[in-house]
Amino acid sequence: MATQDVIARSATTTERPSIREIGEVAKLIDTSKCIGCKACQVACSEWNDLRDEVGTSHGTYDNPIDLTAESWTVMKFAEYENPQSGNLEWLIRKDGCMHCAEPGCLKACPSPGAIVKYANGIVDFNQDKCIGCGYCITGCPFDVPRLSEKDKKAYKCTLCSDRVSVGLEPACVKTCPTGAIVFGSKEDMKEHAAGRIADLKERGFDKAGLYDPDGVGGTHVMYVLHHADQPSLYSELPNEPAISPLVSLWKGVAKPLALLGMGAAVLAGFFHYTRVGPVRVEEDEAEAPGATGVHQVDPAVHVVDPKEPRA
Amino acid sequence: MDMNRRQFFKVCGVGLGASSMAALGMAPPAAYAESIRHFKLTNTRETRNTCPYCSVGCGLILYSQGSGGKNVAQDIIHIEGDADHPVNRGTLCPKGAGLLDFVHSPNRLKYPEVREAGSNEWKRISWDDALDRIAKLVKDDRDANFIEKNDQGQIVNRWLSTGFLAASASSNEAGYITHKVVRSLGILAFDNQARV
Amino acid sequence: MTNHWSDIKNADLVLIMGGNAAEAHPCGFKWVTEAKAHNKARLVVVDPRFTRSASVADFYAPIRTGTDIAFLGGLINYLLENDKIQHEYVRNYTDVSFIVKEGFGFEDGLFNGYDADKRAYTDKGTWGYELDEQGYAKVDPTLQHPRCVFQLLKKHYSRYTPDVVSNICGTPQAAMLRVWETIAETAAPGKAMTIMYALGWTQHSVGSQMIRTGAMVQLLLGNIGMPGGGMNALRGHSNIQGLTDLGLLSNLLPGYLTVPMEGEQDYAAYIAKRTAKPIRPGQLSYWQNYEKFHVSLMKAWYGKNATAENDWGFHWLPKLDIPGYDVLKYFDMMYQGQVNGYFCQGFNPIASFPNKAKVAAALAKLKFLVVMDPLATETSEFWRNAGEYNDVDTASIQTTVFRLPTTCFAEEDGSLVNSGRWLQWHWKAAEPPGEARTDVAIMGGLFHRLRRMYREQGGANADALLNIDWPYLRQDEPSPEEIAREFNGKALADVTDPATGAVLAKAGEQLAGFAQLRADGSTASGCWIFSGSWTQAGNQMARRDNADPYGMGQTLGWAWSWPANRRILYNRASADVSGRPWDPEKKRLVWWNGKAWTGTDVPDFKVDSAPDEGMNPFIMNPEGVARLFAVDKMNEGPFPEHYEPFETPIGRNPMHPDNPKATSNPAARVFKNDMELFGTAEDFPYAATTYRLTEHFHFWTKHCRLNAITQPEQFVEIGEALAKELGITAGERVKVSSNRGYIKAVAVVTKRIKPLTVDGKTVHQVGIPLHWGFSGVARNGYLTNTLTPFVGDANTQTPEFKSFLVNVEKA
Repeated sequence: MATQDVIARSATTTERPSIREIGEVAKLIDTSKCIGCKACQVACSEWNDLRDEVGTSHGTYDNPIDLTAESWTVMKFAEYENPQSGNLEWLIRKDGCMHCAEPGCLKACPSPGAIVKYANGIVDFNQDKCIGCGYCITGCPFDVPRLSEKDKKAYKCTLCSDRVSVGLEPACVKTCPTGAIVFGSKEDMKEHAAGRIADLKERGFDKAGLYDPDGVGGTHVMYVLHHADQPSLYSELPNEPAISPLVSLWKGVAKPLALLGMGAAVLAGFFHYTRVGPVRVEEDEAEAPGATGVHQVDPAVHVVDPKEPRA
Repeated sequence: MDMNRRQFFKVCGVGLGASSMAALGMAPPAAYAESIRHFKLTNTRETRNTCPYCSVGCGLILYSQGSGGKNVAQDIIHIEGDADHPVNRGTLCPKGAGLLDFVHSPNRLKYPEVREAGSNEWKRISWDDALDRIAKLVKDDRDANFIEKNDQGQIVNRWLSTGFLAASASSNEAGYITHKVVRSLGILAFDNQARV
Repeated sequence: MTNHWSDIKNADLVLIMGGNAAEAHPCGFKWVTEAKAHNKARLVVVDPRFTRSASVADFYAPIRTGTDIAFLGGLINYLLENDKIQHEYVRNYTDVSFIVKEGFGFEDGLFNGYDADKRAYTDKGTWGYELDEQGYAKVDPTLQHPRCVFQLLKKHYSRYTPDVVSNICGTPQAAMLRVWETIAETAAPGKAMTIMYALGWTQHSVGSQMIRTGAMVQLLLGNIGMPGGGMNALRGHSNIQGLTDLGLLSNLLPGYLTVPMEGEQDYAAYIAKRTAKPIRPGQLSYWQNYEKFHVSLMKAWYGKNATAENDWGFHWLPKLDIPGYDVLKYFDMMYQGQVNGYFCQGFNPIASFPNKAKVAAALAKLKFLVVMDPLATETSEFWRNAGEYNDVDTASIQTTVFRLPTTCFAEEDGSLVNSGRWLQWHWKAAEPPGEARTDVAIMGGLFHRLRRMYREQGGANADALLNIDWPYLRQDEPSPEEIAREFNGKALADVTDPATGAVLAKAGEQLAGFAQLRADGSTASGCWIFSGSWTQAGNQMARRDNADPYGMGQTLGWAWSWPANRRILYNRASADVSGRPWDPEKKRLVWWNGKAWTGTDVPDFKVDSAPDEGMNPFIMNPEGVARLFAVDKMNEGPFPEHYEPFETPIGRNPMHPDNPKATSNPAARVFKNDMELFGTAEDFPYAATTYRLTEHFHFWTKHCRLNAITQPEQFVEIGEALAKELGITAGERVKVSSNRGYIKAVAVVTKRIKPLTVDGKTVHQVGIPLHWGFSGVARNGYLTNTLTPFVGDANTQTPEFKSFLVNVEKA
């Protein structure tokens, strides 16, 4: 893309062409301003033409209860009784892709170009190239990508790459009623965060701080937290996120083997196609025994059932 | 399973095996032309409007498909906050952000209908039939129950056997003309959501 | 709102009480976060539940639902005891020095003049000021007279001690005192607190008095008329302000003019009664112009047919025999079989009114029902058996129901009035689906037919219809522009300046504002307060200049605000007696420049009245000052008093434990058949309250997939302590019942609702969101108003949706 030149690409070692000098963008989510209204959820789905299932109430305010292939961001609500102040706090966090500087998903992805990172920091999935293996889920320290039950491809927040590429801010940022989500250059967002943190400290939150974790090289979605010393208070935001050791193993040893396996599957599929012709869509929804080899490479990969409560 | 045959063919159908080959490190440099979803508002028409829900009165921009020309039925495809609006400054709450699904709700009414006494179903009727029948019911009830004078002989000109609830999401223009009509009929059982 | 949304950024302190702005008005709430970020403002939330607003507050205090008068009455006592009032403001701009008539009294929970059989104060004769021979109110500037308002106020609220209040509200004393102390800081001149409230105050049997108590606090602190101050009613619908302004209520005419009572047969007496003369020297008493507004309205409605000879068509207006046919009264009549026809224009009463069973039974007694709506509402299908959600016998319901599809906002031009009184024009973007029509076209089509029938066949009081002026180019569908020009008003003959004789507006021209209205029939204006919205210069509501040259957030070039494009009401009070802003740096609103009033807002004042002339800021009141003593304007007394909700969890009023007549509001709207359906704490031990969620708008957004996804299914909120007592875990289904019916819903178990200690008892509160019903794309559910009691406020008749009793059990 003209304004978002690719600087990294899954399963690709080829040298990249020249990259224009463009600034990194970032989205800053200020949990201390967030009222959990879910405008960002709705604006995201509206802009991206997503309509998730109408689910059920789980006895919490969270709905949908977790990210799905058709809900790329969800609000997570946690009730916290602060032992120091004695106050009740409702810690509400917008969950979604963090757009890591070192994206675990991209590292884990075996399909060339299915995951790309642009020079401005956006990590984007290209479903046309996704093979639905789900390794990106394993690779993600934040448990963000989801496989669609409809087309078996992985989906997640694009940081509205289509809007950013024409000079707009992401849909969630524009809609946020209280200004809890802001967008700009990463530098400006860090400065904005510093002001917010000073304000929070004045209001009695001594440990207020910025969440921009080093374990993934920093992120292009950052949080201002009242309790930056305890990210996990915010519905299990990882205290120290890092790329899973499984991904390193995958990159070092397993990947070539797995790709050979995939090659075999490609051939098997080809022969299947030439012998019996294309299959009907309905049949696709059923288990197809011929290609199970892909799944078996890494049993940690799984289809996420959004209805199932997650640990 | 994670990859069924349909995706499988999509991945490798045309350039069979190419993606796996590329995965092994043999991608051609030209493959960097990645696809970002095209920007969907490029030539849409923008119309200024106001959110119909709460009383903040947020400014909206309605984006509709079509040039506005004779041969097109403008179709609203996206709704976003008006960044120039001094109150909402482009923001919208979850209701406002979801307005597109109000405009296109499957439960929007499209035709006049009547449910006859005791019936269990709607019957579609024409506007003329609907308004003619309602006008007759109104006139019959009004003429039968209109009170010109009370027991003391005072002129009261009121009609109490029919009432009217007005809509607090309708425009001032609708509200004003409704008031003009309703009072001229002598209706006093007149209210709107301000009461509740 | 006395102020408006973006002005909240000027606040030093925000009190959200009787509302949940973050939840119900998120984009307006933004200005609270702006005040916090750029004005170092604090946010205090007082609510039965720890709400979304509380989640970003600096301080939250719990309160038992329905006890806000006690909380604020205690605050008044605290302010007076600790001398935390804005002295110069209070002395000069309120009625503290006014002397009240002899005989006014308060005893054992009741003011003087009460008739228990009629449940009303039938003698309000002493609820007023003592007047001198010239008709001016007597005052004692020393505030020492035992019957001056200041002394009476002090006496009345001295009973509201911290112990007493905490015992009623259940608010822990430390939290309560912290809130009071924080609020008291804004008594400093130039400091401003805004109060943001909504249906959490209006929907009580004492709702109007709750709001009044809040307003009294604001007056004592000098916060009315101030930027960043005010009493800010966050209204619930996009044009509920406009419809109120246009008088679409039983007893109102446009612009807060009033429908005559049947005893008012004489036009001149009708006008005289509403033309209040000043009761202090030098005051404006703007309602003296009532007749100009009234005659201009009648000219707009009846045109040439309204003449001086026929008293401008006075008798074409219907006359009331009772104060008003509000919806509670009228649905009771319908329930008794006294109503034949009913129109619901964009209104869903079976979902929105209390005691759904009664409302449904009432609708079933109609001969015909006409529903105009963009959506398939429950009301239009009240006859449909929807199983447990609406278990009716369809065949036995003999009501003929017409359902007429209307356009929605996106498919029509027109204006809406937001909470800040801004009239904003909007434009059509697409055609409506199918054959849907605008409300204007439906009303026009119906009226056009009726007139034809009356012209041809005659009928009852045909003149009132046939004499209506209907000058629209298309008889069956007037255009929004034509109508908007009509409510602004135009000159019917040349309008001249009485002082100079200069022509202000030529015959046929649009008027520039209500100052040009005349009582001689030479002007027409359908709603005087909207005059100025469509002038000779064009549609002012369509203006979109967001410039804010002073940085005060007043944006005078954006749309148009009534009255006269003033953005903050009573803004003269933002300056001291000499005409200098209390805070000339950060709170510059209006000031006297030596020759005239000017400022960052349009002065809400006589622009050439110099400060030494002594005119006071509250120009609509004959006193010229604001009333801490409500004289005879409120139906339950001049000073707000705490009364329990009609369904009280403690069974008595701790303020008046021995007087059962003073347990609940002695003047509230309640019918005998409904009184019999009240439950007691023995059977229904938990205090319940209903409310909106931010994900939904009433009963509309359950028809919208995007919103249905974010809150798909009906739930109720119960505290952890109660859940533990009842053995209920989050996600389980529970049955919630009142003496009127039951609902079943998923339990949300939360730390955000805590049990309170009230009058020596533990009171649990249950929260019940209201958005589900038996149609829509969200999961079907029960109409929440199955549970609520059919009882209304004594002044507004607004139902008590916010405080009633329920039981909770596993479903």
